[in-house]
Amino acid sequence: MLTKRIIACLDVRDGRVVKGVQFVDIVDAGDPAELAHRHAAAGADEIVLLDITATHEGRGTLIDTVQRTAATLFVPFTVGGGIRSAEDAAAVFDAGADKVSINSSAIARPELIGEIGGSFGAQAVIVAIDARRGVLGVEDAEVYVSGGRKATGLRVVDWAIEAEQRGAGEILLTSMNTDGMRNGFDCELTAMVSSAVQIPVIASGGAGTAAHFAEVFGRGKADAALAASIFHFGVTDSRELKAELRRAGVSVRLPC
Amino acid sequence: MIAVIDYKAGNLTSVVKALKYVGAETLVTQDPEVVLRAAKVVLPGVGHFQATQLLSELGITAAVRESVAKGAWFLGICVGMQWLFEGSTEAPGVVGLGHFEGMCERFPAVFEGAELKSPHVGWNSLERVREDSRLLRGVAEGGFVYYTHSWRAPVVQATASVTEYGGAFTGVVERENVMGVQFHPEKSSAVGLRMLQNFVEL
Repeated sequence: MLTKRIIACLDVRDGRVVKGVQFVDIVDAGDPAELAHRHAAAGADEIVLLDITATHEGRGTLIDTVQRTAATLFVPFTVGGGIRSAEDAAAVFDAGADKVSINSSAIARPELIGEIGGSFGAQAVIVAIDARRGVLGVEDAEVYVSGGRKATGLRVVDWAIEAEQRGAGEILLTSMNTDGMRNGFDCELTAMVSSAVQIPVIASGGAGTAAHFAEVFGRGKADAALAASIFHFGVTDSRELKAELRRAGVSVRLPC
Repeated sequence: MIAVIDYKAGNLTSVVKALKYVGAETLVTQDPEVVLRAAKVVLPGVGHFQATQLLSELGITAAVRESVAKGAWFLGICVGMQWLFEGSTEAPGVVGLGHFEGMCERFPAVFEGAELKSPHVGWNSLERVREDSRLLRGVAEGGFVYYTHSWRAPVVQATASVTEYGGAFTGVVERENVMGVQFHPEKSSAVGLRMLQNFVEL
């Protein structure tokens, strides 16, 4: 049976994993390669590394970080942040990534989805969507770019469907309403997007407890769920989380 | 020495890295002569079946046919496994090696009355693991491996393990010296590395 995936996300700045609460109080959480391996060993099904520096200087650091991380990592490995062209993507794949995650650059130039997919396969392209609910609630949820600072006027469902049609392999959906709050995923939003597309949807934003994951896999119809902060500083690990999920009736990769 | 065939189809680097990790010496090649001389050959691949067209153009198809007839060990991964079958509806004009019978087909959009998401992405379990499989030595029934694909191979006599998603399909195929896996052993953690090690130690 196909299991629900638990994805550990590492936010990287200047080559170090960082964690902030609501984008402030950023603290150093360690070396990306070391943390990626620790998460994989602790049962994470995939690793996502997001470069939040996205500066020119950050680029070389990122490639080096990807190389070091991928060297002995034998679970799927996604890299995102600042990938603006098929060449940027190629460099990241060469360094050992299995998938890239693109966000603002796909909005700016939707052809990029097909360009990367054409060379590396649809399975290698994740379109990340940052969504904020509108006045009507989930129905008019809007896509934001530039780290959530800029509204695009695009409806989330419309953009998800377009991304799929253009050849995205997966959607990584982050709810800005729930992100960083640890009060649970936005199940309504996730279910809406998941029902609208054929490709897998990864839920992100709001993970706090195992019950939150069970909810988003059930009611939220998510195929995978991503979390960052709860996995740092030894709060919990994927194996513990999965054991709880299994008890709640969710199909997960165990033993892992 | 394991010849790893380069036909510009994706996961080559990851596969080489994983093979080296389990102790293999590898040589990445496009040269049919190298394939003919190798005792073991790995054909990776991810993406579109169309990419396998290049194998015929490079003369690799003929080399593989000759080399497996002489008893060389062969492992196809993902599209590399699908290529061992007769072909795929993904690229109807491109013929596979035809070592195993049947065509690869797309997952159904609906299965048992429910919509089926495609691609099939994630960790799924190996069922009906054939005990005499050399590739699966030490791999338990129900072991998890990482899949990402939209086309799948049918269950045939040489199927060594199946996975269930919209019905059963071939996860592992194996007959004598020719083997294939639909999932990505190089991304399947300890279970996948075990299979690669089994192949290296043949």
